Amino acid sequence: MSDKAKQRYLLQGNEAIVQGALAAGCRFFAGYPITPASEIAEQLSITLPAVDGTFIQMEDEIASMGAIIGASLSGVKAMTATSGPGFSLMQENLGFACVAEVPCVVVNVMRGGPSTGLPTCPAQGDVQMARWGTHGDHPIVVLSVSTVMDSFTITVKAFNIAEKYRVPVILLSDEVVAHTRECVELPDAEEIKVVDRITPSVPPEWYKPYEGDARGVPPMAAFGDGYRHHVTGLIHDEMGYPTQRPSEVKAFHERLTKKITRGFPDIQMTRGYYLDDAEVFVVAYGAVARSALRAVEDARENGVKAGLLQLITLFPFPRRALTPLLDQCRAVLVPEMNLGQISREVQRVNNGECVVAKHNRIDGKFITPRELFDRLMKL
Amino acid sequence: MPIPAQALRHEYLRHNKKFPHVWCPGCGNGIVMGALLRAVSRLEIDKDEIVLASGIGCSGRMPTYLDFNTLHTTHGRALTFATGVKLANPSMNVIAIMGDGDSTAIGGNHFIHAARRNLNLTAIIINNSIYGMTGGQYSPTTPFGSKSTTSVYGHIEHAFSIAELAVTAGASFVARATVYHADLIDRLIEQAINKRGFAVVEVISNCHIQYGRRNKLGGAVDMLTSFKEQAVSVSRAEKMSHEELEGKTTIGVLADREIPISTEEYKKVREQARAQKEKV
Repeated sequence: MSDKAKQRYLLQGNEAIVQGALAAGCRFFAGYPITPASEIAEQLSITLPAVDGTFIQMEDEIASMGAIIGASLSGVKAMTATSGPGFSLMQENLGFACVAEVPCVVVNVMRGGPSTGLPTCPAQGDVQMARWGTHGDHPIVVLSVSTVMDSFTITVKAFNIAEKYRVPVILLSDEVVAHTRECVELPDAEEIKVVDRITPSVPPEWYKPYEGDARGVPPMAAFGDGYRHHVTGLIHDEMGYPTQRPSEVKAFHERLTKKITRGFPDIQMTRGYYLDDAEVFVVAYGAVARSALRAVEDARENGVKAGLLQLITLFPFPRRALTPLLDQCRAVLVPEMNLGQISREVQRVNNGECVVAKHNRIDGKFITPRELFDRLMKL
Repeated sequence: MPIPAQALRHEYLRHNKKFPHVWCPGCGNGIVMGALLRAVSRLEIDKDEIVLASGIGCSGRMPTYLDFNTLHTTHGRALTFATGVKLANPSMNVIAIMGDGDSTAIGGNHFIHAARRNLNLTAIIINNSIYGMTGGQYSPTTPFGSKSTTSVYGHIEHAFSIAELAVTAGASFVARATVYHADLIDRLIEQAINKRGFAVVEVISNCHIQYGRRNKLGGAVDMLTSFKEQAVSVSRAEKMSHEELEGKTTIGVLADREIPISTEEYKKVREQARAQKEKV
């Protein structure tokens, strides 16, 4: 690494997502205007064409999701960005990306809901929707960001996971992170690990487009590469053709799930703070993790052995990081800007020894360090 | 010189696909598929350079059978996926095949915007006036008064005219044929693929099973015969009065115009963006 001082930037979360996407190799964006995500589209409409990429504003979010899938099938890394109402519209084609195993990144800058809700207020109400929003059983990866720097690094990671496992990755930001400006030092291009999808190594006549490799991930040919193949939203066999044969349907679903299960150590990301000797701890994600960290530090100063487990990956739920702490601590506090969407996951993996306390705000206001400190002192 | 059907089958049908297909005997979809293959064959386009995208419905199954890069998308969304494919790789010949409900009900918004946007895409719409696959419910092109499983008392809404809709929405090329006029479909699809800009070919087709039977229009042959009787060429239609054209179907090229293509225009955007970046 060079000693030269890194370039420092004053960026908001949405801008850092743009920089992260470009660094990860994203060269296609399709989207539809929506608060509080619009800056991502605006910036990419300027930056993408300068790097031979493509920006397009579609007629709605259904179309945006369709377009990024089409681009990804043509071998280009693609992304869209939206907020709750648009994310609702994307669920249909998000399911297509799941079943046809199309790598792509979907950013949802969460705002208050349901429906038009609170367009300019922060919320974390779309967490379970990100997991289960599209119909049918499906594995999906959901990541969350809590700082401007995260917005850069986790966006790169989102693309890497999407490419490595051939899955859509949902990146959840929120109105606070999206519009907060922070000074960040962006890494140089050579310091950034960028993963590209694996392409077929066999000649076209041997290619089975949906035959998993050892990890369960099929090598992916792009349209136009000479590997003519069929892509469908129907459940399909290894050749990509529709099937209703129970053995093939079962094998298909199992492979989709197992490729993610096998990737748990790689996909499930958390950050621990002050956890070694913790007696109580907080599980937090997104902007709320920032308030939680301050509250934990204040609690420590006041004699409470508190810690924080920040979730970067929300789904697949990082159970392995959590269970030892649930055994170690007498209580866990789960603050969320919703009525308890991750706390139910925490309860699900708890073996009953640890008290699970919730702290919820749905009034469009951010959860402050002070209110979490007060809760921690009484746990 | 007609192309032998067997040669077309061997060249363009997937050998490893589990046939038979899902279409009913006498379905117009096969005629359109044949026309598409003849057009592609005449134009001598490399199979690797064709992406055929479809939506959901009977027409949606066509790509499964054909040896191109094929994409069977969600209902009504073929053009959105096709837009992504084309923008990501403009050298591809991207063709969307859709039905009437697919393209003008659930996909109506995408259809008019694709026409307005004017990417270099080809859209083939098989219009059989009904939702066939789901059992014969009325579609946006079901004629007023017709019977369907959701309009057993007679349809009280009015039908879209798909080709005229495409003209108004700004497509570069718009044409219409019926499945009776197979040769014409060949030529129109050829022209549409060759056309630089968004090109639409609407093909009036028969669903004698779900639409014809319920409306006492007879079998496939009877419906095709009536298409022949109802069809009026564009040049003849120009000389006919509004009253004379009642119940007729205008066939031929309805619009053929030069409009800036957004894939071409985007090259200029890239140049400007690069120049801007170098300045900073």
